[in-house]
Amino acid sequence: MIPFEYLRAGDPAEAVAAVAERPGAVFLGGGTNLVDHMKLGVAEPDMLVDVSRLPLDRVEETATGLRVGAAVRNSDLAAHPLVRERCPMLARALLSGASGQLRNAATTAGNLLQRTRCPYFQDVTTPCNKREPGSGCSAIGGYTRYHAILGASEQCVAVHPSDMAVAMVALDAVVIVLGPGGERALPLADLYRLPGDTPQRDTVLEHGELVTAVELPDLPFARRSAYRKVRDRTSYSFALVSVAAALDLDGGTVRDVRLALGGVAHKPWRAVLAEEELRGKPATEDAFRRAADAELAAARPLPGNEFKVPMARNTIVATLRDLTEEGR
Amino acid sequence: MTVQDRVVGTPSPRVDGRAKVTGIAAYAYDRPVDDPVYAHPLQATIARGRVAAIDDVAAAGVKGVLAVVTHRDAARLADTEDAELSVLQSDEVAFRGQFIGVVLAETPEIARHAAGLVRVEYDEEPHDTELRADRTDLYAPEQVNGGFATDTDEGDVDAAMAAAAVTVDEIYTTPMEHNNPMEPHSTVAIWNPGGGFPEAPRLTLFDSTQSVHSVRSTLARVFGLRPEQVRVVSPYVGGGFGSKGMAHAHNVLAVLAARAVAGRPVKLALTRHQMFSLAGHRTPTIQRVRLGADEAGRMTAVAHEAVEHTSKIKEFAEQTAVGTRMMYAAPNRRTSHRVAALDVPVPSWMRAPGEAPGFFGLEVAMDELAAACGLDPIELRARNDPRSDPESGRPWSGRHLVRCLREGAARFGWEDRPVVPGTRRRGRELVGMGVASSTYPYYRFPGSRAVVAYGGRGRYTVRIGAADIGTGAWTVLTQIAADALGCPLGAVSVEIGDSGLPSATVAGGSSGTTSWGSTIVAACRSFRRVYGDDPPPGAEAGDDMPENPDAERYSMHSFGAQFAEVRVDADTGEIRVPRMLGVFSVGRVINPRTARSQFIGGMTMGLSMALLERSVLDHRTGHVINHDFAEYLIATNADVMDVDAVWLDEEDVHAGPLGARGIGEIGIVGAAAAIANAVHNATGIRVRDLPITPDLLLR
Amino acid sequence: MDARITLRVDGRDRSLTVDTRTTLLDALRDHLSVTSPKKGCDHGQCGACTVLLDGRRVVSCLTFAVAHDGADVTTAEGLAEGGEPHPVQRAFLEQDGFQCGFCTPGQICSAVGMLEEVKAGHPSHVTDDLTGPVTLDDEEIRERLSGNLCRCGAYVNIVAALREEADS
Repeated sequence: MIPFEYLRAGDPAEAVAAVAERPGAVFLGGGTNLVDHMKLGVAEPDMLVDVSRLPLDRVEETATGLRVGAAVRNSDLAAHPLVRERCPMLARALLSGASGQLRNAATTAGNLLQRTRCPYFQDVTTPCNKREPGSGCSAIGGYTRYHAILGASEQCVAVHPSDMAVAMVALDAVVIVLGPGGERALPLADLYRLPGDTPQRDTVLEHGELVTAVELPDLPFARRSAYRKVRDRTSYSFALVSVAAALDLDGGTVRDVRLALGGVAHKPWRAVLAEEELRGKPATEDAFRRAADAELAAARPLPGNEFKVPMARNTIVATLRDLTEEGR
Repeated sequence: MTVQDRVVGTPSPRVDGRAKVTGIAAYAYDRPVDDPVYAHPLQATIARGRVAAIDDVAAAGVKGVLAVVTHRDAARLADTEDAELSVLQSDEVAFRGQFIGVVLAETPEIARHAAGLVRVEYDEEPHDTELRADRTDLYAPEQVNGGFATDTDEGDVDAAMAAAAVTVDEIYTTPMEHNNPMEPHSTVAIWNPGGGFPEAPRLTLFDSTQSVHSVRSTLARVFGLRPEQVRVVSPYVGGGFGSKGMAHAHNVLAVLAARAVAGRPVKLALTRHQMFSLAGHRTPTIQRVRLGADEAGRMTAVAHEAVEHTSKIKEFAEQTAVGTRMMYAAPNRRTSHRVAALDVPVPSWMRAPGEAPGFFGLEVAMDELAAACGLDPIELRARNDPRSDPESGRPWSGRHLVRCLREGAARFGWEDRPVVPGTRRRGRELVGMGVASSTYPYYRFPGSRAVVAYGGRGRYTVRIGAADIGTGAWTVLTQIAADALGCPLGAVSVEIGDSGLPSATVAGGSSGTTSWGSTIVAACRSFRRVYGDDPPPGAEAGDDMPENPDAERYSMHSFGAQFAEVRVDADTGEIRVPRMLGVFSVGRVINPRTARSQFIGGMTMGLSMALLERSVLDHRTGHVINHDFAEYLIATNADVMDVDAVWLDEEDVHAGPLGARGIGEIGIVGAAAAIANAVHNATGIRVRDLPITPDLLLR
Repeated sequence: MDARITLRVDGRDRSLTVDTRTTLLDALRDHLSVTSPKKGCDHGQCGACTVLLDGRRVVSCLTFAVAHDGADVTTAEGLAEGGEPHPVQRAFLEQDGFQCGFCTPGQICSAVGMLEEVKAGHPSHVTDDLTGPVTLDDEEIRERLSGNLCRCGAYVNIVAALREEADS
């Protein structure tokens, strides 16, 4: 770890200015991912601008939904009464991630922007295009149990590790970003990128842009929603696959649905094709399976993670089935 | 003659408990020292070849860096026969992750930063880390760990298999695994240039070890010192499970570093990542198990042939199939071990080396044989329970396997087990039960000595350089001494964990209580013989571990029955283990509280082995790529539900003055097989390769 | 780069100069000789370094000390006021909730922090009804303490120790 300067920012604008003007500067939130990476040599900032104490630590009710401050800790967001009541899948996703201690430290924005847990990305003695563009992808031909089956490229097969982001993508969350040029809002789904030829870029954010809030538009039927995470270990581990789902039933028919997958791609994967397939269809296991198959038709598993395709299919079906039964 | 029980057999609380729950117990790295120097190792990033060039100019130039020690300038060792310990003695690289240097600095931050600035060039040679059963270079080692014969062959297994009415012939595999004690291997080393016995030791180590005396003798040899010139102190040890049973390369590296900054204490703690290449591991195994039986399930043949790996620089051949030799009656028996020497880190002891992986193969095969015979798995084992040791012909000192199985069946509700696999559902889950046998040999290692001293006012001190790595040894030895002296528990202080104390053997092989305990009994008796019941203050007497002639006359093993219930999610394949029960026959239990913790701790590690643990060697690079706790999964609290252990109320009159056989390892043996057998019972899917993960059970 | 900070550790104000790179864990251990928080992995993957930071349980290895100037830190040692074990520590002793003891200070800080979270009504991954009250049954205890690995396998006894606390 190289020596670095530490600055506790007084307000968001100061933080943005401090980082924007210095190529080696980064924002420090809860630190649970960044400090880890600095120890591993994956990240080598020469300045940390601490944004964890900025007044961005509130969950507020707005006319259109909820506004979650970027510095709200994961545990506080999961425990927030409005989140538990209105979007249980988000509370569930948060609570399935990491551990109690880490959720107490990790922030909303930090969770969104956490980087892949690909073991080759984290091991600086192995080539990795995301860490060192052009050096090659070690995961291809290597240990792929936790790698992508959708949307990967020849350059990178890493997955995004967040649970929270999967639920937020399903909820059509909007990210508020403050940059040197002012504020902008973009759908969370558009924040993330697929790896393509530039896997070093996880998101579309520019250097110096600070996520200040996440807006969750009100989605009444998300009151009945679920997050199902399948993992090797019962707790404190990353997803093999996960499913965030909300189901709006009209009798036995699917009026509307939100579906997103985790552990399968470089970004939280909104299952648009499955949603389209399901709308207006009967809420039956057959229909759920057809919807899952529609989404997973594009899956290109790697040697070593072929199981993720049936696992994702079964988990989608099981999650939607449980929601349907809950609705009866 | 056994000692009079008064506190032996009672659940005395741990004497070290308060220090541990309040956090004031000082482990090796916690030891306060003046003016410490921090060490950060450099590791090879190739698996085989030579270090061609090291550029440490930038590193050495960082303010606060005291030295960069590499093979170019490290002190020459007096003894380099043990290649694992021949640290920084040449430019050769024998496995990825091997030490190639160490940076010493005023702070750990500076040391780590500077280590990252060192540039190393290599002449890389092709490496080979892949174990396969069809390798042409497999060889038969001279013997396997524990001093056992590599192969045994009695009768004609092939003919018996051909003639058997019912047969099982399958391949079982277990992966490379890592001990991963919670406390990383840590050493604080002080090289005192002017020091020499008796004034002050030349070398002092605050170390995390299962044997202070073994580390002392090894380092003395390696550095050309007399043992008396070396002192190793290790009162608290944060787990070891075999990986701290002997000196490893980091001890040597720390001493080389201490020599480079003579007089100043050097602090070295391996990182979790480094532990995956430098602190031993369990070899992967490929086991072919063949069982033959008649229609009634009486076994006619048992063969267990194991293939495993070792490192090219040092042989460690695990005794995977040895437990099979004495387990079941069958006139035709064969076991063998074949080893591939690879460019991998040095394997070593990990809790129940041999039995833990070996009984996965054997006991899953037994389950398959029971199914093939249409017999209850417990009945199959009962029908093949040998009346004497089938290998040696000796009588058992006490073989109560069938009692354990029957007792466990009654307690566990075994009669409720679904007869047809894959037929019982509870909601969206498939449920089932499994059983497996467990065993572990009685070991008692010679070489311990204890000294009893009377301090006046009714207080005794018992000194022995033993180790409590979480086993409860400290407490149990205090109980033993109190009874042997015939005084209250509170009147005895036991001092352990210092090579300045009388010599003690390793905390390994589940031998601590039997070896050190019987030594303490002998010392206490000697003390009473000399001084009677009213000794003068300052009185002191000692003794060595007594011989146990019965150890040659009887076949002495502990036994157990492992039961598991599993639930498998029919959609996702996720596996839960709602219940485990172990019933053990281990001779006398000295402390039911710490014994139960040992048993359920071993079973918990067995659960972890069954479902989670796997070190993934990337054969392209030659290193374990999942080298941290986020990727090398061990059981969390949530994975472990109702795990319980009970034991037969007994005493092994042939097991020395304590009547005890040792309990530290048997808890892991058979646990993974019981879970695998339960998974089969629940799903109808037979998994023969560990770990059993959800993807293997997907439909 | 150095920074001067003050931490209140186990009830005592401590001023120290740290490298900005010094983690809270290393500040406690190497600078202040407060060694009850342990370094088991240094990457937030084991929980042995858990302390109560301003009352909340966190892993002290994944945060820099410089970011916590003025903070209040309680370690397992500090929970034992005047050397008298905290009720959770006593429960660990009674139930033999540890073996080697290395993960134990972290387990205990985590347990104390967890009990506060339950008191505040925080749900967990295994809470059936997200909007109802939380009952601390065994399954809840296990899930909530899963951020603290124990290689000796003392989990069953740790849960028993916390069950006592949950009942009282």
